[in-house]
Amino acid sequence: MVEFLQNIFTNDIVITVLLSAIPLVFIIAYVLVVLYTEMKISAHIQDRLAYMITGWHGVLQPIADMVKLLLKEDIIPERADRLLFRLAPYITFAATYATYAVIPFSSIYIGANIQLGAFFILASSSLVVIGILMAGWSSNNKWSLIGGLRSAAQMISYEIPTALAIIIAVVITGSMNLQDVTIFQDGGIQNWLIFGGPFPLTKKLLLLPFTIITFIILFIASIAEVNRTPFDLPEAESELVQGFFTEYSGLRFAMFYLSEYANLFVVSAVVVSLFLGGWSSPFGSFMSGPVWGIFWFVTKSYLLVMLQIWIRWTLPRIRVDQLMHVSWKVLTPWLFVCLLAVGGILVMV
Amino acid sequence: MTAEEILHILQQKFGDAIVGSKLDIMQPWIQVAPNATKDICAFLCDDPSLNFDSLMCLSGVDCNNGTFGVVYHLASTVLKHKIVLKVIVPKENLHVQSVSAVWGTANWHEREAFDMFGIIFDEHPDLRRILLPDDWEGHPLRKDYKVQEFYHGIKVSS
Amino acid sequence: MKTVFQQSPTLPTDYTVAPGKITTTTGKTIRTEEMIINMGPQHPSTHGVLRLEIVVDGEIILDCIPHIGYLHRCFEKQAEHMTNYQQVIPYADRMDYCSAITNEWGYVLAVERMLKIEVPERVEYIRVIMAELQRIASHLIAVGTYAIDSGAYTPFLYCFIDREKILDLFEMTCGARLLYNYFWIGGLSHDLPPQFIEKAKEFCKYFRPRIKMVNDLFTYNEIFVKRTANVGVLPKDVAINYAVSGPQLRGSGVNWDLRRDDPYSVYHKFEWEPQVGKGEIGTVGDCWNRHIVRMREMEQSVNIIEQALAGLPSGDVQSAIPKRIRPEKDAEIYVRTESPRGELGYYIISDGSTSPFRVKARGPAFVNLSVLPEIVRGAMIADLILIAGSIDIVLGEVDR
Repeated sequence: MVEFLQNIFTNDIVITVLLSAIPLVFIIAYVLVVLYTEMKISAHIQDRLAYMITGWHGVLQPIADMVKLLLKEDIIPERADRLLFRLAPYITFAATYATYAVIPFSSIYIGANIQLGAFFILASSSLVVIGILMAGWSSNNKWSLIGGLRSAAQMISYEIPTALAIIIAVVITGSMNLQDVTIFQDGGIQNWLIFGGPFPLTKKLLLLPFTIITFIILFIASIAEVNRTPFDLPEAESELVQGFFTEYSGLRFAMFYLSEYANLFVVSAVVVSLFLGGWSSPFGSFMSGPVWGIFWFVTKSYLLVMLQIWIRWTLPRIRVDQLMHVSWKVLTPWLFVCLLAVGGILVMV
Repeated sequence: MTAEEILHILQQKFGDAIVGSKLDIMQPWIQVAPNATKDICAFLCDDPSLNFDSLMCLSGVDCNNGTFGVVYHLASTVLKHKIVLKVIVPKENLHVQSVSAVWGTANWHEREAFDMFGIIFDEHPDLRRILLPDDWEGHPLRKDYKVQEFYHGIKVSS
Repeated sequence: MKTVFQQSPTLPTDYTVAPGKITTTTGKTIRTEEMIINMGPQHPSTHGVLRLEIVVDGEIILDCIPHIGYLHRCFEKQAEHMTNYQQVIPYADRMDYCSAITNEWGYVLAVERMLKIEVPERVEYIRVIMAELQRIASHLIAVGTYAIDSGAYTPFLYCFIDREKILDLFEMTCGARLLYNYFWIGGLSHDLPPQFIEKAKEFCKYFRPRIKMVNDLFTYNEIFVKRTANVGVLPKDVAINYAVSGPQLRGSGVNWDLRRDDPYSVYHKFEWEPQVGKGEIGTVGDCWNRHIVRMREMEQSVNIIEQALAGLPSGDVQSAIPKRIRPEKDAEIYVRTESPRGELGYYIISDGSTSPFRVKARGPAFVNLSVLPEIVRGAMIADLILIAGSIDIVLGEVDR
């Protein structure tokens, strides 16, 4: 991709800007689609129809929503900390967006082909916590403060299972670069890490239970990272109105909303790249290639996003101390066991 | 236990404090003196043969002849009998003993009676208005109540 | 403000909290600050305009002071100014707007007993059918909004779909969906329309599997059980001392139902049982047991409705309505009926004229709410929402 662009433009800065703008365009297009999906999936789960008037069966509704949010009045509470209040949505979005840099959308496109891809993802998704804390504190609202603190505690706690699960995948493949991990799983559905990886049958069958457990735990931890039900205590609507972004309206609210959905996609993308084969086709060489890669990648991530939406509208939410309990006392020990087992199997078999 | 038996037990124990009664109606009532209310209620609740463990309702009444009343409807979930107690106090001395130490539910009922009628319950742990704003003037359910014209600049009545 | 404090059983036990400090098991004390938070009159989950002032230490509640009165509409004063007893009925409807029929029934029963009127049997049967339909509708609201409070948005819509069918039945009969003015002193305002019995039987058949569906989705869900079991335990003796009634009392293990224990109308002719919390999950008296009592009561109500429809006698529903309602002087009566929230009592004093001298409405939600500060100390803020939701208050009845 870089060479292709270098043939057209000579200026390095222009190439860099174009490369980093591609995920932004993708995010905006994706958000419109996922808003519509969420609206319709939630409606049909709840035995009702959602919007049917704007466009055929409401397809233009997300655009209407976005326009409405842009046109709203910009309110800053009187005693809010103005600098932090203004900065918080942008920091949250920037942190989420930074993570897109190391996601391999296809075999020819990855924003930044660094050897520390997985590590970079963990680091930049931690920055989201700072944005949320700033939003909760600067709103000058006790309920937002509680929401912000809960969210910080939650996201920091669930970084541990996420990191451990990523480490397990890295240990199996031997590289932190997500592109390498995906290439490792190339060649068909039997090579995906969730089914044990491209190893001979005995090694695969030994690794299989542990990789499935790791995949499930990574998925759960990623739902917690994006503050979705059942882990949506920080924005628990029935308790905290809207949690840490109660006082936000208009464009700033749109930024939080955007960053929540972008985060949703990126954690699904990480799970897909690590365990579900990334951009590689499940049929091996049939329907594979650079452009097909984008199709497979987006489809797989999008299916995980739809699974998260489905879970959101089914389950109640858990309480904050139970949330901590699950993270520290249940998920982390299981992952340690998996890590030891995977390491042992890789060494001995 | 019938109302006659209950009245008999109470008269034996409290004598003069039982001021009156009416037993031949559907729901017989016993009137007690204001200064013995709490003791009588405690006895009715604790005595095992009476065991009135549930205060169904506590109402204030403006009798429209210069006196106010407090009516207690008691029931026993164990022995399945009921009785009505009444306390009548003159308007100049609207003090009744609070029974919130006997039945926890009396707390809010007495606050409501204070709010609506102005009856003061002695030794109530937290006697303040419950349904109306704290700075409302007057006690609405009195028969001679005139509603205030303005409340914080808002016209109250038409 | 009381400072008596006890730790909630759901909290981890390796530290203890006293106001202002936390002491760990090693004996080290950390100084913390208490914060006063206002769950203000407008809040998504206080089920109406209720203000809760909470003193918290972190997430743990030290005290909770409810402030009510935001929906006070002077029902009792209005009743005294009506020109006759019949005119009070629409006002009685509007107290507990989620369950208007039982409000009307309590008042109408009180006046009928004062006047010693015997209503025809058909009227009694229809009253039972309507009241039980209303009980189901009210419990559906309670369950649906409880689901939203705990984060599951879907059961709310399933409950309201079923509620729509009940409201259709009401609209068919008396023209109104929510506030009916249907029970009149001595009878009813309209007889049942011809297609009512068919539609009601259809509804009963349709509704039973829906209760099971909500149970499978929500009641036995692991997350919901973890949130509500052992939370907000109301001990039996505290419940009786605070005159708590209805599903809240039965959830604490007390087998007390006014339809059986202080009988009125024709409930004794049907086979049904009051449901009591048995502690199969969690402890007796916690939020989960109150919830399951409501779910099972809906099933029992369906049983009653089916039996009543089968045995409905014929007759004229307006034959016993008196021309003039004038009880004798100094007649007074207190009548209590079982509304979906508990014991709804009316104390009516008459002075011999055609309008009441004093009407006191004893709302079950008013009394049930007064026990909230006792059961919430030591719980977390997230638990407070669920405890307040399990009491099932309707502010119209609390404030009247």
